[in-house]
Amino acid sequence: MPRITVTVDGITYEEEVEPRLLLVHLLRDRLGKTGTPIGCDTGNCGACTVMLDGRSAKSCSVLAVQADECDVVTIEGLGRNGGLHPMQRAFHSEHALQCGYCTPGMIMAAIDLLRDTPDPSDEAIREGLEGNLCRCTGYSNIVRAVRRGAREMSGETPATTPGPASATTSGPASGEEVRTS
Amino acid sequence: MIPAAFDYIRPASLDEACHVLRDADASGNDVKVIAGGQSLLPLLRLRLAYPAALVDLGRLPGLRGVEDRGDHVFIGALTTHDEVLRSPAVREHVPLVALATATVADPAVRHRGTFGGSLAHADPAGDLPAVAVALDCVFIARSAEGEREIPAAEFFADYLETTLRPGEVLIGVRVPKLGAGWGFHYEKFTRTAQAWAIVGVAAAVRTEDGSIAEARIGLTNMGSTPLRARAAEEALRGLSTAHGDSGVTIPGRVHDPVRDACGQAAEGASPPSDLHARPDYRAHLARVLTYRAVRAAGS
Ligand SMILES: Cc1cc2nc3c(=O)[nH]c(=O)nc-3n(C[C@H](O)[C@H](O)[C@H](O)COP(=O)(O)OP(=O)(O)OC[C@H]3O[C@@H](n4cnc5c(N)ncnc54)[C@H](O)[C@@H]3O)c2cc1C
Ligand code: FES
Ligand code: FES
Repeated sequence: MPRITVTVDGITYEEEVEPRLLLVHLLRDRLGKTGTPIGCDTGNCGACTVMLDGRSAKSCSVLAVQADECDVVTIEGLGRNGGLHPMQRAFHSEHALQCGYCTPGMIMAAIDLLRDTPDPSDEAIREGLEGNLCRCTGYSNIVRAVRRGAREMSGETPATTPGPASATTSGPASGEEVRTS
Repeated sequence: MIPAAFDYIRPASLDEACHVLRDADASGNDVKVIAGGQSLLPLLRLRLAYPAALVDLGRLPGLRGVEDRGDHVFIGALTTHDEVLRSPAVREHVPLVALATATVADPAVRHRGTFGGSLAHADPAGDLPAVAVALDCVFIARSAEGEREIPAAEFFADYLETTLRPGEVLIGVRVPKLGAGWGFHYEKFTRTAQAWAIVGVAAAVRTEDGSIAEARIGLTNMGSTPLRARAAEEALRGLSTAHGDSGVTIPGRVHDPVRDACGQAAEGASPPSDLHARPDYRAHLARVLTYRAVRAAGS
């Protein structure tokens, strides 16, 4: 069986993997990163989105062997010092989730969007999240949350009710929360 | 679903890849190459494909990147859609490629899916095949026996089938620069975001003194392969672009002859029938979208 080395949320793992093992199954079943859900078989829903070497990718459409020597960041690796990432906080304070199934992927896609477009228009947000389906919210609050997250990440402090962990434990918002290789 | 088991081979060089493919073919093994995996992995997960082995081209050096080569732009097969969109050479010299690529899938899929994979996959609903036939691109294939050029008009054989031979790898595509006077547009009709084209039209139009000197029109999803709308191309030649209309007949207003010419866009096509559209509706779309694309490209 192929042997791979992969860094996930800052920790490097060496794993023997069957070639057919999908990255998302490696994350969930081997490494316990169940924060990344699976929503479809076709690459459409985006629920499984992670950062692969710094850019968004659907982890259900990547083989674990293809991620050999790559750096993966999942929703579980975003927060610092036990606090939430500004984009997580923004989703919380704008009520951008109901069942929450799409949320990890939405947040990863939103952070990816901001790398190229730090101050996106509503239209750019909708385009940037077009690979992520939400069956609950109707998207309006998600768009609002991404706008708020963008403001926070660019250093502006919006008047907001802080998320559960943010007031006491998280550091100042920074634009470079996602680790790249 | 979990894909059926397969062997995985990651060759270190293109030569090695070609030899692996040749040996597999000789011994009757069902081996497939994988590039970005964005079309192949869903097929494996749905168990619509179960190859014995995958040969991963993903990390081969030299197959990735865009080069300005004078009269054409060379796009390496392993260049991702995202890299194509960021390439200044593509945007400046072959903008039709960028216009169509921007409509492919979504950002995450574009980070991994490749230019060559989209073409080799030969889905007639894919956006890039129509562009390749409209621009008369040249495909470069490599096997253990050497290199071969395949004109776009001969590359697409049937639904999901190309004229690549067993053992051949697509290494890149020459996209001709059309030069001054040409305008471009890709018009894609979908019902939802991140969707495949119900019908798409890739148009390149050269205007001279207010009339159409030359038009090239590629059709997406109007048959089992991408098509050229040759009848419409012929009919467009020499027409004035001065009479744009909205499709509504207004008494006393000059009717746009360009619209009539685009009425021939579906001639000779046998569009598919599926849950999105019947063939007659697709033919209607082809006519309307061709008009929009030609007007947008030739103004
Ligand atoms: C949710 C979703 C939406 C999509 N929407 C669109 C869309 O709107 N428009 C569109 O055009 N596409 C769309 N796609 C497909 C996308 O463009 C894929 O990136 C592309 O079709 C395949 O590229 P790939 O590199 O991922 O190829 P792979 O999946 O790796 O391979 C696809 C096929 O091509 C063969 N192949 C790949 N590279 C080579 C090569 N160099 N030489 C020989 N054979 C090769 C493989 O053997 C396989 O049969 C979508 C995909 C997804 C998942
Ligand atoms: S689970 Fe990956 S895109 Fe749906
Ligand atoms: S919150 Fe339920 S799917 Fe988006």
